[in-house]
Amino acid sequence: MKEKKRTTAFLARPGVQTFISSLLCIILGLFIGFIALLIINPGGAVKGILNVIQNFMYYPSQAVRIKYFGQTLVKAAPLVMCSLSVLFAYKVGLFNIGAAGQYVVGAGASLYCALALHMPWYICLLAAIAAGALLGALSGLLKAYRNVNEVISCIMLNWISLYAVNTLLGQVKEAASPYTKSLSSTNKSALLPNMGLNVIFKDDYVTLAIPLVIVVAVLIYIVLEKTRLGYELQATGANKAAAKYAGMRENRNLILTMAISGGLAGMGAALLYLTGFEQWSVTQSSLPGMGFNGIAAAFLGGLSPIGSIFSSYFIQHITSGGAYVDKTMYAAQISDFISSLIIYLCGFVLFFRHFMAGMVEAREAKKAKGSGSGAASETDGDSSSDKKGGEA
Amino acid sequence: MENYAVEMLHITKKFPGIIANDDITLQLRKGEIHALLGENGAGKSTLMSVLFGLYRPEEGEIRMNGQKVEIRDPNDANDLGIGMVHQHFKLVECFTVLDNIIMGVEPTRGPFLNKGEAREKVLALSQKYGLLVDPDALVEDITVGMQQRTEILKMLYRDNDILIFDEPTAVLTPQEISELMQIMKNLAAEGKSILFISHKLAEIMTVADRCTVLRKGRYIGTVETKDTTAEELSAMMVGRQVNFSVDKKDITPGEVVLDVSHMTVASRLHKNDAVRDVSFQVRRGEIVCIAGIDGNGQTELVYGLSGLEPLKSGNIVLCGTDITHAPIRKRSSMGMSHIPEDRHKHGLVLDYTLEDNLVLQRYYEPEFTGKGGFLRRANIRAYAERLIEQYDVRSGQGPVTIARSMSGGNQQKAIVAREIDKDPELLIAVQPTRGLDVGAIEYIHSQIVTQRDAGKAVLLVSLELDEVMNVSDRILVMYEGEIVGEFDPKKVTVEELGLYMAGARRKEAAR
Repeated sequence: MKEKKRTTAFLARPGVQTFISSLLCIILGLFIGFIALLIINPGGAVKGILNVIQNFMYYPSQAVRIKYFGQTLVKAAPLVMCSLSVLFAYKVGLFNIGAAGQYVVGAGASLYCALALHMPWYICLLAAIAAGALLGALSGLLKAYRNVNEVISCIMLNWISLYAVNTLLGQVKEAASPYTKSLSSTNKSALLPNMGLNVIFKDDYVTLAIPLVIVVAVLIYIVLEKTRLGYELQATGANKAAAKYAGMRENRNLILTMAISGGLAGMGAALLYLTGFEQWSVTQSSLPGMGFNGIAAAFLGGLSPIGSIFSSYFIQHITSGGAYVDKTMYAAQISDFISSLIIYLCGFVLFFRHFMAGMVEAREAKKAKGSGSGAASETDGDSSSDKKGGEA
Repeated sequence: MENYAVEMLHITKKFPGIIANDDITLQLRKGEIHALLGENGAGKSTLMSVLFGLYRPEEGEIRMNGQKVEIRDPNDANDLGIGMVHQHFKLVECFTVLDNIIMGVEPTRGPFLNKGEAREKVLALSQKYGLLVDPDALVEDITVGMQQRTEILKMLYRDNDILIFDEPTAVLTPQEISELMQIMKNLAAEGKSILFISHKLAEIMTVADRCTVLRKGRYIGTVETKDTTAEELSAMMVGRQVNFSVDKKDITPGEVVLDVSHMTVASRLHKNDAVRDVSFQVRRGEIVCIAGIDGNGQTELVYGLSGLEPLKSGNIVLCGTDITHAPIRKRSSMGMSHIPEDRHKHGLVLDYTLEDNLVLQRYYEPEFTGKGGFLRRANIRAYAERLIEQYDVRSGQGPVTIARSMSGGNQQKAIVAREIDKDPELLIAVQPTRGLDVGAIEYIHSQIVTQRDAGKAVLLVSLELDEVMNVSDRILVMYEGEIVGEFDPKKVTVEELGLYMAGARRKEAAR
């Protein structure tokens, strides 16, 4: 009896509920991915889904494994930043679907500073943060003073950013290809320092970005939970009218939030492009998925900055793993298909959590009734927590 | 066996965590007015929702004229002749009265509406029961009283025999209330059976034949009103004797704390100004009460004072300083406390913990925010614990309880604690007891009076005439955005106030 009570209390903790629901989403996503593979080509399904889960473990050699683990980390770092960006805005009641655009201008600013202006890496990084913050602040301004829904303005700015950046970086592209010049041949000082991590991972792309991302995640956690700024921003997000009533400058808070959020996404781009891992293609006509995957990563991580680190890694892990699915049995797009299925399922974290909270509550109610105390509290009609509408 | 129009026998309805209705029996005789009395949260609404088919009870049955019936949804209820006038009217504002009445049951001739027939029926009903309405007026242009009569006609037009009135007097002036009482009596005399939900004892004593009392989801009893007294009913409702009057010391008001001159505030809803050229003062040691019917500019007046809305013209002076254009934070730090009208919209961040809500007006002070902008959590906890103890705020988990999960009364107590503990010069309290039970009302009134006795200035905005008469030292009546009269509560009757509240009379407020 006592034992059972403890499990209930354990399950009632929000952190535990989030963790379990995230796991459920992952399992469900993998399962549906497996079903999809079965339908397309039953013969390779088991192997295919194992490839996705294994990712770099596909290789037998320890040395190769660690190299590809490093590369997964390299791509996970910007994803963590994008998910922090989405999460930070969401905690303040804003849906930053513009992380994609802020990521793009971050890439544009850092690469232009590196390739055209020959700046060192830290200037390029700061430029990326500034560019992202500026774009975010623009959406915040429109929201605060013109009540333009941030989702609408962000989506439009996403495309504006993409083509603006394509135009800008057209000036620093290689003559024979649509890609920007490589950092290592044009401006080595713009490459992020390796700090010895390249030796450990036997891969030059593994840089300062990895530890930096973790530091930023912890910082965001501290700002949100421990500071007056976090208290104000989250109060504004949870109840704008109450924030105004308490004398907070709710418009300033909106703009500041979008600026910080945009800065995080912009920084994410710099942390990828300044490793030299990828070059920007100035003919691309679709937004990089990083900003959008950040949304999934933020929810899968239970909207916790620390959770984001793990969820982002996981999403990158299966995305990279998708590349190992046998292309003779499945179309080349299969890897994107499987990972997007799983990412899609990640959106259900809140749903599962809500469901679980309801179950735990019902069980406690049953127990309370058993003990006979008719504590018929005068709960208000609207007390059922209903804050879930925001993610539409 | 007696013939009842409706019998609800042994109804039990549970929600997770609470039993909203616990073995409740309600029997409505044909042609009677039956009051359903209980505090907020006593289970009145749940019981009516069961009767209306919105909830299915776990146990118990409903009978009509002795026959067991199943009410699965509101359509079933309507088919059985059960109609309801909701507390908040369900009318289409930009439609005429007639259109609203026939909506959903429009008479037709072929594919065309036949409004002529409908109009005749409505006029006939209106004459029969003394329900004066103008069928061609738009609902947005008519008074609240006429809107209510439209709702009643809606039920009658549908030939409903069981009429439920959910707190029908909350929005009416005293004159309109007595008209409504007469209408209800007419309806009962014509054989309609009426269920009258209320927590106002005087009205129940006036109009009802019998009264069923609920308390905390349980059935307490049913009494004939002619055999009982208001005190007895109140004791049944609350479970103990209640002190209705408020004890106050005699105090001569001191210096002026709040001086408002020629204040005009624009309306968000329509072109006319919500507050028009209002001037008044509040002094130390007095409770000035703004009385009036809901929607006559009281809300906007307070928004203007607290800084939530800008003034169109006029001046506000607090303790000798002009604060007309001061930001909200400045007003607050200068000694203005504000218990807001809508505790969920303005008063609380519902998803924050109780302790975070208790420092909502003070979190930025050095006591709670240390160097580098870090919150001093230990101090916040200690402060919250003191307030919870001192003001008896009850909650599941103390300081870390999420505000949303607290009861309305305790949410309000938390706000009152926060605003009073700021040690204000001016306390603005807007409907501080709305929706609270008798115990909480007593407590909050005593806290407000304590502030006055301590030499604070208090501005109380209230829609409840009992509260206005009992608590205030001076009454200002607001009608259509203007102050139309100033009264001493000891020298004015409720009826007289009602005339001013309804705009039937006005005099210049003495300054």
